[in-house]
Formats: sequence, C-alpha cells, structure tokens
Amino acid sequence: MNDITAPAADHVTTVLRAGPDVASDDLVRLHTRLATVAERRGVLDVAYRTFDSPVGDLLLAATDTGLVRVAFPNQDHDAVLARLADTVSPRILHAAARLDDVARELDEYFTGRRRAFDLRLDLRLAHGFRREVLEQLPTIGYGRTASYTSAAAAAGRPRAVRAAATACALNPLPVVLPCHRVVRADGSLGRYVGGEPAKQTLLDLEAGPV
Amino acid sequence: MKRPFEQVVAEHGPAVLRVCRAVLGPVHADDAWSETFLAAMTAYPDLPADANVAAWLVTITRRKAVDVIRRQARQPEPTGEPPERPATAGQPGGWERDLWEALRTLPRRQREAVVYHHVAGLPYAEVARLLGGTASAARKAASDGVQTLRQTYLHDEARKGQPR
Repeated sequence: MNDITAPAADHVTTVLRAGPDVASDDLVRLHTRLATVAERRGVLDVAYRTFDSPVGDLLLAATDTGLVRVAFPNQDHDAVLARLADTVSPRILHAAARLDDVARELDEYFTGRRRAFDLRLDLRLAHGFRREVLEQLPTIGYGRTASYTSAAAAAGRPRAVRAAATACALNPLPVVLPCHRVVRADGSLGRYVGGEPAKQTLLDLEAGPV
Repeated sequence: MKRPFEQVVAEHGPAVLRVCRAVLGPVHADDAWSETFLAAMTAYPDLPADANVAAWLVTITRRKAVDVIRRQARQPEPTGEPPERPATAGQPGGWERDLWEALRTLPRRQREAVVYHHVAGLPYAEVARLLGGTASAARKAASDGVQTLRQTYLHDEARKGQPR
C-alpha cells in the first residue's frame, strides 16, 4: 500500500508546482488589457514597439509628450530600454497603440511616399548645443546632404564641428531627425548610429529610384 | 537602477496568473491579475531596488484577490457558485480540475499557505510575512493542506478508476 501511495503523494506537490496551466495567449490578452488600462490611468510612462524597416528592426519608444527614442538593432534594444528605465521612467510596457502614428509615417517614408515627418517629439534625452543641432537637422531637405560644419553653423556655432558630430552620433531620434543627411566635407559618408550601410540605404532611398 | 516594468510582467506574469487561478478559479482570475499588475506598475518607481519582486507581487495579488472575493460576496451570483470551467481540464500536464476544486475546500489559511509556497514558490519565511505568524506555522499550515489534498484529491482520482 505504501509503495503505491508514496509516489502518488508526490504527485500532489508536483501538480501544485506546475500550477493551473497558463496558456500564452491568455497572457498576451492580459498584457494588452494592462497596457490599455495603464495608458488610460496615466501610468504608462514609456510605450514601445519595434518596426520592421529596410535598415533593420527599429525600436520606437514614446512618452505621453511624444516620440522619445528610435534605436537601430546594433544599439541593442534591451540596453536602450534599460537606459530609458533609468533616465525617463521604469514604467515601460510594450504597447503599440501610442506609436501608431509613428509607424504609419515611417511606413510612408520607407516606401517613398513621405519626405518629412509630422510627429510630436520628446527631446528630453538631448541637451544644450546637441539638442540645438538636432532641432536644425530637418532643415536639411529630403534627398540632400550637409557637412558637419554647416550642421554646426545651423545651430549657431560654426566652429563647433566636433560637437555637431557628437550630437549626430548620440541622436536619440535617428531617421526622424535626419542625421543621416550630415556627411563629411570630403563627400564620404562619415559614421552613423545605425552603421554606415544603414546611412547609405537611407540616402539611396531619398535619392529615389535610379 | 530598475528594470523596465515590461520585464517584470514577462517574468512574473505567468506565476501571478497561476496564483490568481488557484485562489479564485479561472473566472475571476483575470480581474485579479489585471488589478495586481496595474497597482504594481503604479507603485513600481517607489519599490526599493533590493525588494523581492515575487513576494511584493504576491502581496498585491493577495490584497486584490480579497477585493474580488468581497465583491463576489456583496453581489452573490444567482446561480450560487460561479461556473467553474478550467480551460485546460483534462490536458496532460495541465491544471487538474479535481485538485483545484479540492484546494478550494481547504481552510483559508491552509489554502493560502499551499498556494504561496507550492504554486507561487515563495519560501516559508515570505509566506509567514503574508499570513502573519512564524515560518514554521506557515510550513505546518501548508503541510496540513497538502495532507488533506492527498486524501481528498487522490481519493477522487482512485474512485474514478483506471481509464485515466
């Protein structure tokens, strides 16, 4: 008798440990509901999603002020989210709804139907002169390029070329704030947050079909 | 430095849902889960960096489950017991309906000790902090509960006979 009940008795705690079976689509449904309610209650400080683009999966993150971060795959999305948790707020959820407009405009841009973005931006991750450089970037028109010197000049400090290059390198909103249009004075591409091939791809896209 | 809340949901969401289902049954578990994570997200920035997140979440879950039970008590369903329909009844390796029902018949303290220790995986020291009393009292409550489950649940299993 004991030989039969002993293993069977363990069965109880084994089943308890496994718990009620939780299906992954239940969790997906509950997560979506949480994101919706958190947004409504004003506790969703940062919403994010990824966007499948010709230059790789872009991480898009927005506060209730606007788009706060765009990141390339080579920037490690988990690391970017960890920094957002640290610098903006840890109340971060994967929640696509807040980024619908951003995704739509990016889709139009990457299919050649949009030349300028019309989005609410949150530039809290850029400060001082760097921020001024970034704010001037959209004045470089679609399909054109400018030198780091002229980017510095546009922000009011023509001799701060190195600082302008740093501003581009640390651009929290690449693609949307077009630092890819800033190239070296000798005509070579120069470095890019998303890697040089991505910069080339964006400039080729803006040059239109050959 | 605090992790994005998304990671907390991903890591602890399944365990919290299991606890909710074990305590409340499948019908009201979703509400308790949602209220737990909304409350947790609201308070998350103020959580000490070295806090035990699993125990913190179970504390909130317990409070929210009590709220749900109180609401049920205030508005008794005309049919009496809420319909019990575990979605996974009969699935191999899934939640076993009979055990879940047997769990509901345990005295509350035993049921909670069993759920927090065996389902949520909290050590008895944390279980004691939730229930009050000592860790050894919590261990005793869980042990008594499991003992009863062995009798009632396994008895039911045996009664059903071979086809399983």
